[in-house]
Amino acid sequence: MKKCRRCSKPATLHITDIREGVAHELHLCETCAHEYLNNAGSELPQSAEESEPFALKGTEDPDELEQLDQVVCQNCGISFREFRSQGRLGCPHDYIAFEAELIPLLENIHGDTQHCGKFPKRAPDASQRQYRLIKLRNELRNAVGQEDYEDAARLRDEIQELEQGIEGSETE
Amino acid sequence: MDFDALTGTSGEWLRGTGPDADIVVSSRVRLARNLAQFPFLSRADDSVKSELESLLRSKVEGLNLGSRLNYVNVNTLESLDRQFLVERQLISPEHAESHGSRGVGISEGENVSLMINEEDHLRIQVLRSGLALDECWEEINRIDDSLEQEVTYAFSERLGYLTACPTNVGTGIRVSVMLHLPALVLTKEIQKVFQALQKISLAVRGLYGERSQAMGDFYQISNQVTLGKSEEKLIATLKDVVPNIVSYERRVRNALVEENRQSLHDQISRAYGILQNAQTISSEETMHLLSSVRMGINLGLIDDLEIPTVNELFIHTQPAHLQKLRHEHLESADRNIARATFLRQRLSNRDTERN
Ligand SMILES: [Zn+2]
Ligand SMILES: [Zn+2]
Repeated sequence: MKKCRRCSKPATLHITDIREGVAHELHLCETCAHEYLNNAGSELPQSAEESEPFALKGTEDPDELEQLDQVVCQNCGISFREFRSQGRLGCPHDYIAFEAELIPLLENIHGDTQHCGKFPKRAPDASQRQYRLIKLRNELRNAVGQEDYEDAARLRDEIQELEQGIEGSETE
Repeated sequence: MDFDALTGTSGEWLRGTGPDADIVVSSRVRLARNLAQFPFLSRADDSVKSELESLLRSKVEGLNLGSRLNYVNVNTLESLDRQFLVERQLISPEHAESHGSRGVGISEGENVSLMINEEDHLRIQVLRSGLALDECWEEINRIDDSLEQEVTYAFSERLGYLTACPTNVGTGIRVSVMLHLPALVLTKEIQKVFQALQKISLAVRGLYGERSQAMGDFYQISNQVTLGKSEEKLIATLKDVVPNIVSYERRVRNALVEENRQSLHDQISRAYGILQNAQTISSEETMHLLSSVRMGINLGLIDDLEIPTVNELFIHTQPAHLQKLRHEHLESADRNIARATFLRQRLSNRDTERN
């Protein structure tokens, strides 16, 4: 049995609230439902973004969608499909790997696709090296998962070497 | 960090000082940051998470905040203590509920908190009492600048600070104010405020963020857009709109007093009376009644209680705070009894209680 969304008593009433053409299901206990119906005015609005933030608008063709979903980031291994289902990206490089898919989405969320605001005063140096680290960490994760300890040890050394290289250049 | 000692105190941001603090309870700015050489947390295994935590912890502990910083290992904390930090607004509900290596650095006075391994590698938050967004921004900007000397943030010229969720990319900033709007709720005028805010892309949330319902007539108003507008611009948008809501709430309060002072006074006094005398009381009812009392103080209808005390009661009557105070795990029914006892002690015979 579902619990009341407001207190934790069992929900006995299931209200479908339609606002601006969008239906919201509310599960409430009797007390809370009574209060809700008498007091609908103070209910928090739910924005469309919160209910389905990463719907791909304008991509109606299932084949095309299927193709989009197959795109994989070479550094962290996440697929665009995985991103869409969990709503979280896998690494900073995904913004490049999924650029074609993400730009319309950003346009949709923010109404803009060009950053305007603070930037790190020390411009980040060759991001290639950073992405290489993410890639090595992903390979390390897989190696550990497959109990390939020889590979894992080699990857750890490589990560450490690269890390030290970065720290060295940062303190210059 | 001694949590038991904290049960008797509250963060500086609850002091009820600062401009418009009768309605603007607090101002908050948070920044989302990630390190360039690590995957985001959804692709981070345990060893990457612990590497991230120890790296960021050392940088956070090295910060010069002008006061002592306490670091709390959230991963090894009991769930009651995690909830306790959520109630004090020092970590997010998501941070409390997630898994693996994670922690939070908290400044003395609880104005600054730095969450490690939340949705992003680092979430910096600065809280202030009253309407003080510029002060929040100055402080958080300074903290961000000094961290940036130590680490390489994931950043692109086109998209700005890169975040795990595309809804935060760009500035990674969320600017918010917590407003107490009992009169607008009472008269249902609040709906108009929601509509006006949605039109200018500002979000409205409840006391504890994204997933919470509005409790005690508290509403958090914040920016939704993070890309394409500067931090200053986003702060200015909020600074423009907040005074309008504040004066709307004041206007409606005054109208309520003028139209029917006696019935309003009656309602507020009854709320106060219940809080002083109840033998068992739910969190929901407490929030609701405290909200009336808070407005009553601001309208001069209650004169033997201070705003900071009421602000504190909103937090101290939450479930984890009550249980910490009693040093025991309490089921809901027992909590309601403990809450009533606590309220009676804090609100009745206040002069003798203080000694
Ligand atoms: Zn209920
Ligand atoms: Zn990736």
